[in-house]
Amino acid sequence: MDSKVPLLSRRTFLTSAAILVTTTASVVHGRTFHQGMPWAPGAADPPAQVRPGPWAFFTSDEAATMEAIVDRLIPPDDGGPGGKDAGCAVFIDRQLAGPYGRSDGLYTLPPFMPGSSTQGYQNPDSPGGRYRAGLKALADHIRQSQSGKTLRELSTVDQDKLLSTLEDGSIKLKDIDAKAFFAMLLQDTQQGFFADPIYGGNRDMAGWKLVGFPGARYDYRDWVERHNERYPLPPVSIMGRTDWVSKG
Amino acid sequence: MARKLPSKNVVVIGLGWTGSILSYHLAKAGLDVVAIERGPWRDTATNFPPAYAQDELRYAVRLDLFLRPAQETLTFRNKADQIALPIRNFAGFLPGNGVGGAGIHWNGQTWRFLPTDFRLRSHLTERYGANILPDDMTIQDWPVSYDELEPYYDRFEKLCGTSGKAGNLKGVKQDGGNPFEGWRSAEYPTPPLKQGLGATLFAEAARKLGHSPFPQPASNLSEAYTNPLGIRMGQCSYCGFCERFGCGNYSKASPQTCVLPALLRVPNFTAQTESEVLKINLDSTGKRATGVTYVDTSGKEWEQPADIVLLCAFALFNVQLMLISGIGKPYDPVSGQGVVGRNYAYQTTSSVSVILKDKVLNPFIATGAHGMIIDDYNGDNFDHTNLGFVGGGYMGAGQTNGRPIQTRPVPKGTPKWGAAWKKATAETYQHAYSLSTHGSSYSYRDCWLDLDPTYKDRLGRPLMRMTFDFHENELKMSAFLTERLAEIAKAMNPTEMQAHPRKGPYDSTIYQTTHNTGGTVMGDDPQTSVLNRYGQSWDVHNLFVPGGASVFPQNHGYNPTNTVGALAFWTADAITQRYLKNPGPLM
Ligand SMILES: Cc1cc2nc3c(=O)[nH]c(=O)nc-3n(C[C@H](O)[C@H](O)[C@H](O)COP(=O)(O)OP(=O)(O)OC[C@H]3O[C@@H](n4cnc5c(N)ncnc54)[C@H](O)[C@@H]3O)c2cc1C
Ligand code: SF4
Repeated sequence: MDSKVPLLSRRTFLTSAAILVTTTASVVHGRTFHQGMPWAPGAADPPAQVRPGPWAFFTSDEAATMEAIVDRLIPPDDGGPGGKDAGCAVFIDRQLAGPYGRSDGLYTLPPFMPGSSTQGYQNPDSPGGRYRAGLKALADHIRQSQSGKTLRELSTVDQDKLLSTLEDGSIKLKDIDAKAFFAMLLQDTQQGFFADPIYGGNRDMAGWKLVGFPGARYDYRDWVERHNERYPLPPVSIMGRTDWVSKG
Repeated sequence: MARKLPSKNVVVIGLGWTGSILSYHLAKAGLDVVAIERGPWRDTATNFPPAYAQDELRYAVRLDLFLRPAQETLTFRNKADQIALPIRNFAGFLPGNGVGGAGIHWNGQTWRFLPTDFRLRSHLTERYGANILPDDMTIQDWPVSYDELEPYYDRFEKLCGTSGKAGNLKGVKQDGGNPFEGWRSAEYPTPPLKQGLGATLFAEAARKLGHSPFPQPASNLSEAYTNPLGIRMGQCSYCGFCERFGCGNYSKASPQTCVLPALLRVPNFTAQTESEVLKINLDSTGKRATGVTYVDTSGKEWEQPADIVLLCAFALFNVQLMLISGIGKPYDPVSGQGVVGRNYAYQTTSSVSVILKDKVLNPFIATGAHGMIIDDYNGDNFDHTNLGFVGGGYMGAGQTNGRPIQTRPVPKGTPKWGAAWKKATAETYQHAYSLSTHGSSYSYRDCWLDLDPTYKDRLGRPLMRMTFDFHENELKMSAFLTERLAEIAKAMNPTEMQAHPRKGPYDSTIYQTTHNTGGTVMGDDPQTSVLNRYGQSWDVHNLFVPGGASVFPQNHGYNPTNTVGALAFWTADAITQRYLKNPGPLM
């Protein structure tokens, strides 16, 4: 490898590559490879584990609303935990505080013009902004229509009714497309329920246990031709299993 | 001002599938080669080791290994009277970025086109008369024949170690293979992958109905293999994290697993990463390329002079760089004149989903390319008289994963959330299977690529504009194929079945394939092609586009990469065996 380039840690390196778009004063200026494959210790880039702790994006009010919503989208029942206990709100919180919430890497240059649905999302606001505005508009709507209440003060039946009207777009929220907001809530909640637990949702692999997905296992050679037999091993996460980790 | 670097024999733009094959062959032939790649270096140990390669959110949803639209994107519209808007988040197709290109995260489905596909217009008019083709359909014959390309298909399959079963060895039909395929000079390098229950049930049903199912050719290796470059690959573990992912097992063919370890050992090869080629430079006559200008991540510009320029930037960016560099006449759909950007085509897919309540399918035991397929309805393998369309596709059972963020079917009519959704999701996951068709996409006068008048990339260059919609011919074809597939699905005795024929308009937000084709078409006539039969520019003789799918005159009912790889070897031979002896137009 050419020595004119300082050897950066993988993370700095990847970040600069991704940011290529926004930074101008980057230390990396292209890399040269010659006579041999590069390899450096500690260069791998595993995902960072989401830790329990304070909300990173939501205010405590927003978080309480979100926990109520995710628990209706995926209700707890005898099939297993609901969205709240599975950590879906935590998942969304951490995602919104990260690159997804900021629309990092997306094309965000103007002009913004309305188009046909086949042309995709065409608004300047990022998911973070859409949640902030959507949750506020929703809270205002509920306060006005339900004599000053908040979403979590409604009965679960009324919460479901409200979510249905969001889903079919039959309520109008201020400055926000109710239907699109609901679609984003649902998509992110289900992603949290089924993504690797390392991201804060799918706690105890609740989503994977529900359907019977073995998770991050990587070798099924002995099982391909065992037709009609249920795969016997429980799921594992990228982090392993909670029962492997010492509780001390 | 760009700083000028010492001259090289060859500059390769993009280090994906075609770039790595060309780099290897030309460097081995003794030329001084530099490959310039806009994305980062990537390798298995660092970027997708089996410790965390199996992360659906990161790789399949957040698209970790793909091109970020902020770096480069396109604008899109269905029809010329609409304003094209930028694709702000890739979804409908997913271009690669970084060393390995889309070769890192492809599925591995490794198909040859049919012999008749290579003389499509002649064949169809001979068999059915010219009236069978719609007036605005601009399909044309390839300038190479299947027979000429056969040895090169064989070379790419041997490079990859492709797993499969031949159906036609030197003209002799073989049991268990594809009876419709063109002749092969040799059996596949490795035997077929094993099949799960879904594919096995499909094959039984298809056989019952008189079809000839066979295992899908897969560059996901059924056993360990050493390729002609001396690189050893491992056995596929059916991990189910394949397409959109890098393979942590060194089992999926990619530039990483098949070329780079050997290429990086060749002393006269250099890779320059995180360096984006801005344009191809021409001399004052406009008939010779002098090299390229690229920008590194600090924004510094460099000029890399070279004797030969190879455009290996993936179909879409091959076209964009030709347009930006002003090479070849841009296509004008109104007059029908011009060639660069002409005949953009795609793929027409559809599906039939089944639920088999009493079967345990373990959908997560999967690879990007296993499965059982029939080819009875591809190309002109069936009589099109009175069908009202031309073209076709393969179909079958090749579900590639059971990753639950993106793959968790529910019965028709299930609510999208709540208790009923949860229950149905839990009950269906193990028993649902998806069958699919993979159809052709012929080219039309009003489907093309040009530069957008409004939107620019981060470097101030115009984005490329895509104008594309499905035509009646393709929608009818898809309806016909989907009906045939549904007949087989029905013979599997499903508890429930839903057919999803392709419907218009084309939607850039729904993933179908990353099989974008055309725009720098190869042909025999400079009025209707950008490149001659060797992938050499008609206008600039030291510029080649070696096999990116932009050279396809239309797209056929198969995945492109075996043809892309074969053409890469074909052009590599044309350069070393012909061009170097006498640099100039080969035709
Ligand atoms: C999810 C997915 C699944 C697929 N599955 C299949 C399959 O099963 N079967 C099949 O046949 N095909 C499949 N494909 C398609 C296959 O990946 C491509 O056909 C193949 O990789 C094309 O090779 P290429 O060399 O043309 O482009 P690539 O392999 O993409 O390489 C192009 C390289 O050029 C670089 N580049 C572009 N512009 C510039 C620039 N201006 N400067 C410097 N570098 C540049 C890119 O970053 C990239 O690394 C799939 C693709 C995707 C995305
Ligand atoms: S399915 Fe096979 S080839 Fe694909 S990533 Fe997994 S091990 Fe590799």
